[in-house]
Order: sequence, then structure tokens, then C-alpha cells
Amino acid sequence: MNLGRGAVAVWRRNADVFFKTWKTNFLPSIFEPLLYLVAMGLGFGGLVVGLTYAGQPIDYIRFLAPGLISISAMYGGFFECSYGSFVRMHYQKTFDAIVATPVSLEDVIVGEIMWGASKSLINSTIVLAVIALMGWLLFPAIQFTSLTLLLVPPITFLAGLLFSALAMIFTALVPNIDSFNYPFFLLITPMFLFGGTFFPISQLGAAEPFAYILPLTHTSLLIRDMSLGMSSPLDLLALVYVLVMTAATSYLAVRLMKKRLTR
Amino acid sequence: MPPVVVARDLVKKFEDLTAVDHISFDIEQGEIFGFLGPNGAGKSTVIRMIQCVSPVTSGRLEVLGMDVRERPREIKARLGVAPQDNNLDPDFNVIQNLTSYARYFGMPKDRAVRRANELLEFMQLEEKRTVMIEKLSGGMKRRLIVARALINDPDIIILDEPTTGLDPQARHLIWERVRQLKREGRTIILTTHYMDEAEQLCDRLVIMEQGKFLMEGTPRQMIADVVGDCVMEVIDADDEAERYLRTQGQQVERSADRLYVYSGECRTINQEFRRLYPEVYSVIRTATLEDVFLRLTGRRLRER
Ligand SMILES: Nc1ncnc2c1ncn2[C@@H]1O[C@H](COP(=O)(O)OP(=O)(O)O)[C@@H](O)[C@H]1O
Ligand SMILES: [Mg+2]
Repeated sequence: MNLGRGAVAVWRRNADVFFKTWKTNFLPSIFEPLLYLVAMGLGFGGLVVGLTYAGQPIDYIRFLAPGLISISAMYGGFFECSYGSFVRMHYQKTFDAIVATPVSLEDVIVGEIMWGASKSLINSTIVLAVIALMGWLLFPAIQFTSLTLLLVPPITFLAGLLFSALAMIFTALVPNIDSFNYPFFLLITPMFLFGGTFFPISQLGAAEPFAYILPLTHTSLLIRDMSLGMSSPLDLLALVYVLVMTAATSYLAVRLMKKRLTR
Repeated sequence: MPPVVVARDLVKKFEDLTAVDHISFDIEQGEIFGFLGPNGAGKSTVIRMIQCVSPVTSGRLEVLGMDVRERPREIKARLGVAPQDNNLDPDFNVIQNLTSYARYFGMPKDRAVRRANELLEFMQLEEKRTVMIEKLSGGMKRRLIVARALINDPDIIILDEPTTGLDPQARHLIWERVRQLKREGRTIILTTHYMDEAEQLCDRLVIMEQGKFLMEGTPRQMIADVVGDCVMEVIDADDEAERYLRTQGQQVERSADRLYVYSGECRTINQEFRRLYPEVYSVIRTATLEDVFLRLTGRRLRER
């Protein structure tokens, strides 16, 4: 594959634009998890009794908090490489301008996916910080003290690569920007709800195996286990799933993008 | 010195449309080479193949001695391209457009800033340094696109319709800069559908239509070969006057309300015509590339 340093320059371009307006970019990502924590964790969680995770009893809000980190990792990358990349590609002609330089189209796509993953990392790290603050101030149940918590940011980046590459596949395929409604409705929203975020997938009963098809199920499993300092054989499997899917979706995204943009 | 661009039997097909149809040409180091032709002639398609962003369907295409299929990165590093459609980065202001673009060439930050400031001065945009792109007029955007094309100090500068839609003042600034760049020893490849632009700027040019070259050479030599040095232009000739002119045995072309009489003898023909048809307006003028196109195709390039 025709890949070089150019990907970093593409990443830098997007980072420059983002940090130019960081104030408006950061505020929503701080308040949203706060709202979820209070509404779902406190309000709804008060109704939940007898919840167990991996065979152990757990407070609902403690179960929920890592789910919120996973959700922000998913949305961060998927939004960036769907709507964000499409606007740059189609409306702003940014990709056309860049490929006239020694940067190749492969560099552009990989740079965009790396930037999408960075958005996942940034957003979910903010969520993690909000959780830490709330754990310290209000909800002792979400004080995460295990050292494996340090693995969470790199995992959100990895998850970000996967969701960004997945989004890029749709960006290469959709006829117009409104068409992104379909992947959001058919893929992202089901993952948001059923990907081990708001309740353990064991609740799905006979449908539980299907949840393992969803990428979010694996990334949320990893993020929750690392946040809580737990481990299960499934973690390794989840990691393999994420790595393989990231490679496969990235490859497909580059192939389809080249097909779309090479004329 | 070997030519900087060599094309042999170059073809580009889009599905069943042949946009570039077996053309061959050489572009020499240090010249201004023009592709002149109407919309849809295939000018941009040739340009996009030279700049290694559009795959060649068949034929040979070498830029700076390198095959476009094999060494696109190296070629692109030494080209500066001002594309036909504005693709400035709307997320950045004027100077950031240049410095962020410099990064794609791997240029270090301090050199990029220095070069960007020089170029803003060169294109008379210093005062717009921190203005966002959407606030620029069409002419300023065009100038910034040209400045951006120069950021990497290119050996070959490609300008795809650099003055389309610009007012005369903005056009003249760009023409002036193009000449200046040529004096610096750079090779310039230009496309245009303006006859006067091609005539004013190009050392050599090709007239292109439907993917093929109708003619090639220097503007003067083309005019001399095809038209001669003068043209008689007749406005609103009635049928009888037209019949008369056609019996003069010379090449006569009609375009809308005008007749063009091409002949080495056109001064004599005009004198006689004035005597016979004093009520019809006619005039003698020097021949232009527009006349070349009209004679070759029977049509004008662009309706006035
Ligand atoms: N991406 C494309 N897909 C299909 N046809 C194209 C594409 N780009 C250009 N063409 C066609 O190729 C021909 C030449 O176009 P172009 O090179 O843009 O002409 P010019 O620049 O001389 O106006 C036109 O008929 C145009 O419609
Ligand atoms: Mg064109």
C-alpha cells in the first residue's frame, strides 16, 4: 500500500482545525456524560437491585460509567469519519487539494482514520475525567482505582480506529450526506443500546450471542474490565476481535475510497 | 535539455467517453505551454494526468523524466498546481492555507511561514493574511490558489483556467505574475478558453477539441499559417453581399451576424466591397487565434 508520512500531515490538519475551536468542541463532551451519569446512574440506577456483572454484585452506576466511556469512543470516531470526512471530501474538496501534493489518497484516508481515533480518545478521556471527578465528589461507587484504568485511553484509541474505519466505509459508499441516517439507525443506535452499555448483555437471554457480532460489545467489555480492574478470558478474545476488525475495515475503507475518488 | 513533459499516444477514457484521444506532445523546460480549447475539450483531464491524480488509460506520459504511473510522489513534489475548481481549505484563514499546504510537502514550519509571507506579498494578499477564505472575493481566491501552487518552489507550475470569471484587473495581475515566474526559469503549463490569454501568454500552444489537437505551434505561426495577417470582418451582411464575398474565391466563415473573410488579399477585397456595398459595415483587423479556431472548426470558441 502506498502509505507514508503524509498521513501525519493529514492528521495534523484536522487537529489544527479542532484545537482552533476547542472551547466549543469540549463543552458538549463534558456535559453529556454528566447528564447521563445523573439521569441514568442516579435516577434510573436507584431502581435497579441485585445487578451482577461477571458473577459479582455491582452498583448500577459503577456498571454504567465504563459504558459511557465506550459510547463516547464509538461516537467520537464514527461521527468524525462519517459526517466530518464526508464534508471534507465532498463539499470542501480538501482531499482533492491534498492529493495534488506528495501525499497519496491512502495517506489521506489513514490520516483521517487516525484523526477519528484521536477524537475517540479525546472524547472518552473527557468522559473518564468527568467520571473521576464525580466519583470523588458525589458517587464513591465510581471511584476506579485499579492500575488497569491506565489501559483505558489506549483502548479507546484502538476502538476509535475501528469505528472510524467503519464510518469511512460508509463515507466511501453513501450517495449524499443524508444517507448517513442509515448506518446510524441500523448500526450505531443498536450498538448504543445493546452493546453492553446500559445493561449486561446476559440480559438478552437467547439473543446474547448476537451481541458479540457488534464491535461495541467487544470494546465496551475491554473498557469496563480495565476500568473495574477485572479480567476474563473474553478480554483477550475481544482484543483479537478489535484488532482483526480494525485491519479489515481499514483495508476495505481504503479500497472503497480509492474506487470512489479515482477518476 | 530534455523536455519536462513527454506524452505519446496519450489516452483517457471515462467508461465509453474518450476524453483524451491519442495525443502526443513535448513541453520544454522554461516555456509557457498552453492548452486552448472550449469547455469539455479535455484540457483538465490532460492536466490531471500530468499531475498524477488521474490514471492514464493508455499511452506514455513522463514528467521530469519520470513515468507518472511509477513515481507519482516524486513528480508531485516538484509540481505546483492551481486547479480549475477552488479547493482552498475553508477551515483555515489565508496564511494558514499556505502553511498547512506546505506541510503536505514535508516543509519545516519556519520555512513554510517565510515562504507563505513572500507569496502573499507576491500575489498582493498581505492585507488578507488572517482573513477566512469565505470572506475573499473570487479574484483573491484565485490569487491565493496561485500562491498555494508556488509554496513548494515548483519546477513546473500548472494553471488550469487561472483567470476564468475574473475581472480585467485581476486577470492582468495574474498574467503579470505568470510572466514573472517564467523569467525565473520555471516551466508553466496553462489551460484556457480565452483566445487573448493564450495569445498573450503562451510561447507554444495546442488547440484542443474533443480530446484531440486541432493544431499546435506558436500563436504567431498558427495565425500566419491558417489565417494570414489580416481578416475582413463584415457585420449584418445581406444575402447578396454574402454571395458576393463568397464568389471572391476566398475562405469565408459565418458566426452569428458576422462574416469573416480570410485572405492575403483582404485589403483589396475590402476596398472593392466598400465601393459595391457602401451601406454594409466592414472593417479590416489583425488576425487572432479566435480566427484560427473559427477557420479550423467553422465555429467560434466562445460566443461573445
Ligand atoms: N470524472 C469524469 N467522469 C466522466 N466524464 C468526465 C469526468 N471528467 C471529465 N469528463 C468528461 O471528459 C470530457 C473532458 O472534460 P475536461 O477535461 O474537464 O474538459 P475541459 O477541462 O477542457 O473543459 C468532458 O466531456 C467531460 O464531461
Ligand atoms: Mg477544465
